[in-house]
Amino acid sequence: MSVIKSNAASVEFRGVSKVYPGSKVAAVDDVSITVEQGKLVTLLGPSGCGKTTTLRMIAGLEFVTSGKIVIGGMDVTTLPATERDVSMVFQSYALFPHMTVRENVEYGLKFSGFPKKEIGERAMAGLMLVGLQDYGARLPSQLSGGQQQRVAVARALVLEPQVLLFDEPLSNLDAKLRRQVREDIRDLQIKLGLTVVYVTHDQEEALAVSDRIIVMNNAVVAQEGTPRDLYDAPANAFVADFIGEANLLDCEVTSVENGEASVRLGPVSLAMSARGRAPGPARLAVRPDRIDLVNPSTKNTLPATLTKVTYVGKHLECLAETEVGTFFAICHDVDAQVKPGDMVGLDFRGRGPVLIGD
Amino acid sequence: MRQVQHQSAFHPTVILWMMVGLSGFVLLPWYMLDDGLFSFSWVSDGYPFDSDVAPALFLVLQGQKMWLAPLGGLLVLPLALWGRRKNDPVFGNVLIAVGLSGLVWFFAQGYGISLRGWNAAFLTDMFGKLPERQFGMGWGAGLVGSAFLFLLTLGIAARGAVGGDVFVVSSIGLIVGLVTLFILLPILKMLGSALITEDGGYSLSSFAGKFLSLRIWGLGCITGGSRCGVAWNSLFLAVIVGIVTTLLGLVFALIATRTNARFQKLLRALTVLPVITPPFVIGLAIILLFGLSGVFTQGWAWLFDIQPTRWVYGLPGLLIAQTLAFTPIAFLVLIGVVEGVSPSMEEAAQTLRANRWQTFWTVSLPLMRPGLANAFLLGFIESMADFGNPLVLGGNFDVLSTEIFFAIVGAQYDQAQAAVLAIVLLVFTLSAFYAQRFWLGKKSYTTVAGKGDAGVHPPLPRGFTLSIGSVAAFWLMLTVLVYVTILYASFVKLWGVDFSLTFGHYIQAFSVGWNEFGLHWNGSAWDSFFTTLWIALVSALPTAIIGLLTAYLLVRQRFAGKGAFEFGTMLSFAIPGTVIGVSYVIAFNVPPIEITGTAIILIVSFIFRNMPVGVRAGVASMSQLDKSLDESSLTLGANSFQTFIRIILPLLRPAILAALVYSFVRAMTAISAVIFLVSARYDLSTSYIIGRVENNEYGIAIAYATALVFVMLAVIGCMQMIVGRRNIGRRGQAGSANQIQVPGGG
Ligand SMILES: Nc1ncnc2c1ncn2[C@@H]1O[C@H](COP(=O)(O)OP(=O)(O)O)[C@@H](O)[C@H]1O
Ligand SMILES: [Mg+2]
Repeated sequence: MSVIKSNAASVEFRGVSKVYPGSKVAAVDDVSITVEQGKLVTLLGPSGCGKTTTLRMIAGLEFVTSGKIVIGGMDVTTLPATERDVSMVFQSYALFPHMTVRENVEYGLKFSGFPKKEIGERAMAGLMLVGLQDYGARLPSQLSGGQQQRVAVARALVLEPQVLLFDEPLSNLDAKLRRQVREDIRDLQIKLGLTVVYVTHDQEEALAVSDRIIVMNNAVVAQEGTPRDLYDAPANAFVADFIGEANLLDCEVTSVENGEASVRLGPVSLAMSARGRAPGPARLAVRPDRIDLVNPSTKNTLPATLTKVTYVGKHLECLAETEVGTFFAICHDVDAQVKPGDMVGLDFRGRGPVLIGD
Repeated sequence: MRQVQHQSAFHPTVILWMMVGLSGFVLLPWYMLDDGLFSFSWVSDGYPFDSDVAPALFLVLQGQKMWLAPLGGLLVLPLALWGRRKNDPVFGNVLIAVGLSGLVWFFAQGYGISLRGWNAAFLTDMFGKLPERQFGMGWGAGLVGSAFLFLLTLGIAARGAVGGDVFVVSSIGLIVGLVTLFILLPILKMLGSALITEDGGYSLSSFAGKFLSLRIWGLGCITGGSRCGVAWNSLFLAVIVGIVTTLLGLVFALIATRTNARFQKLLRALTVLPVITPPFVIGLAIILLFGLSGVFTQGWAWLFDIQPTRWVYGLPGLLIAQTLAFTPIAFLVLIGVVEGVSPSMEEAAQTLRANRWQTFWTVSLPLMRPGLANAFLLGFIESMADFGNPLVLGGNFDVLSTEIFFAIVGAQYDQAQAAVLAIVLLVFTLSAFYAQRFWLGKKSYTTVAGKGDAGVHPPLPRGFTLSIGSVAAFWLMLTVLVYVTILYASFVKLWGVDFSLTFGHYIQAFSVGWNEFGLHWNGSAWDSFFTTLWIALVSALPTAIIGLLTAYLLVRQRFAGKGAFEFGTMLSFAIPGTVIGVSYVIAFNVPPIEITGTAIILIVSFIFRNMPVGVRAGVASMSQLDKSLDESSLTLGANSFQTFIRIILPLLRPAILAALVYSFVRAMTAISAVIFLVSARYDLSTSYIIGRVENNEYGIAIAYATALVFVMLAVIGCMQMIVGRRNIGRRGQAGSANQIQVPGGG
């Protein structure tokens, strides 16, 4: 019985740009990124920011306009898809409708020079890995969406590719199935030690599955880091707002000492990591669920008037008007006795606010 | 990078094409043989030393045709690439150099040296008189030429074109080569021959004289003189036919989509008529009904006691016949357009207080405008190109297509005159084609495919529905009358004289008997029928392959010069059959390609006349195949050739079948090009029928035509059944093959 292993390798982009023929603006603009061997890295960003293009360049389905792509230490920039050791799970799954599940999984093996016997064994092992060993004789049209996707994954896995690519793999599944499938993908990736590049526009999904996230915006990398880095310390307003939500405010850095900044926000003074900013005007991001509503007389809080309180089940969503702007805050105590018109104090203690670039 | 299992020292594709080229050079007869490509008698005819059947190598070794020697040298040159990899720049450069110089030399000697030695005076002056001559190219030459072409494309791919994809670059090379050789070159050669004067020189002024002659452009009919020029006749007819068929097509499309009339199904079935009917059959029926001895003419004359007249011969008859023949084509175009108008637009208009009539006039109709223009241009081109109807009932109303025919086959045999007329015709149709393409947008292959979104079309105004209903009913009646007449007339002894019924015509055409050798096909039609059958069959497969390959390149690949490529392959839509016929006669009766009088010229003309049908079928269904299917095949390690064979072809099976059947059927019913190309040995059904009509043997002609219509009907019916049943769980794939637009035969 054969076992599916992994030949995981790293992927590196060096200053890669892509301009589609007939288009003036770059779809991907001077991007340099690295995906370490055996890690799951997510490309995250709004629609049209160049994620799919990036993924297709790794697969060899599009060619770079300039720059270099290195997979497993080898320059593959000019190699077409057929000759790269990269497999891709397509958004539509792209199962061949005229072949059975098993023939689909065997398809790539046939072109890899395996002996006939081994092709069958490997296909079986692949189907077993995704729990579909009993479905080999069916046509793709006789499977549910989730099953179809698992076939697509098995088909890609049996080739033991250096890199496995997923383009929005959950977008064709219903909401309930999504969590399950994304866990499955993550488990498989960890179990086999695969290098996976995963494209999504859903920040929650990205936070849940990734070792590292690369946030893209307008054809460039906006920030990259672990899910925690991105959530706790967004580098700029775009990332702060795209991952989770954030209140973005103007503030004043009064002094910087040993990397610690003193920040003045209206009447409140706060201490936080300077993140390379000099004294002067700056921007501040505050997560809505890291704001506490307290008694207005509490010291060093921002006085505010509630203008709207909405009950959404697991928490209360509040809008609060202050002298530095409107705040969106989440109050986890659903039984709190607050109503529009109340005067409250906004408390930013703990790891709440961070300084961001523009 | 994927581990490559076999790494041979010499690129296998280079070996392949070297072998092909060398076998053409060393093994097969270089020149075309007297008994055609499909005979093997040469093996015992003094092969390999007799110079008529000798391969190039043996010719050269015997000191003949020394100009062939460099080709052999070039063919072994790629051996120098031993041990080099494909991504080595030297590899690509050497192949490009070999392929290019091979092709240039190949065509230079082919076109430079002909039956009388050097082909042009200046070559004789330069190199002295040549003692030898050469004939048309045959198998050997064909293989050598292809070998050079594909070595060149391999080299270009190796230098990185289209992502280094050998299959795609070779396919592009193949299509470009074929279109150049069999469409572009013949047309250019025809243009050139228009410049030739009576005494064999070239003259622009003589061309201008012919081009501007009164015969073509005269305005006699307006200024009170005798007749108008043929160009004006053709133009006038085509404009009217374009307008009338567009309006009728719109009427039918509206009825088919906007009313709940019961005969919707019937209407859709009508679209198959122009496909299965040889175009002149309608003309024949018109003669039977309204001709000098036609039932209506005679009845009218008897009723009012007047002389029956020949009123229908000429413009009136042509208008009726072409309107009947081409309305289904306009209908086919417009039904997609009418369905494509989103009902929610019309619903929006109604909520904005427009009444039904205002909605139709201000919203629906303007949205259909591009479709209307498209239908008009198609009708215009079809009418211009129509040959069969003007031939049988044109009378004194001369049009370009028949005039071309008479210039070539008539007593005058004036190639230059035919070429001049063909140029005028070509200018008209190409202008229409150009207008269609650049004025109406680029999507000429595919109709507007999208169905409207949710919602229902509002019903049309009542009075309007009634009036278009009656127009449609009248047209339907006329159509039914035409086909019934044809069917009935095939059993009538002598129309207009003796209306007694008989099987005589069928027996004369299709009788079968026994003699000492077994079954004997006595009937006079069998010969041409079998010839047509096998030629149509043989040409169907290459038509479908070339069409689908072109469609694949157009839909799935991006490459430099794709716009020009698309334009070139679409051009054959706009070239009337008559023009193709004339240009083939002119281009292919002298070396290097000397195939007039053979079956090959018929096959080739069918392939390139019908190629657009294959392209359309392929484009229509390939655009519905999710592109990620081929991409995932590529990422799974299949190359583009394997992907084409294993993924695209199986999924396009319905389209392939449709393309095969339609090109077969069109080949069976075509007349305009082949009438120039048939020979005593290879006569075709349509030209045989036309011949009978010209001899006034209407009975047998009609019986034969009826039989043809029924054969076509059976073929199409079988295909619909097979295609209809096939449906393998694919998104929006079912039935796409049934919606292919097929311009009528001609
Ligand atoms: N084949 C193409 N031709 C031209 N432009 C394209 C093509 N594919 C994508 N683009 C453009 O490139 C940009 C990035 O697209 P894409 O990578 O698909 O974004 P994403 O996957 O992040 O939504 C978009 O502006 C899109 O319009
Ligand atoms: Mg995308």
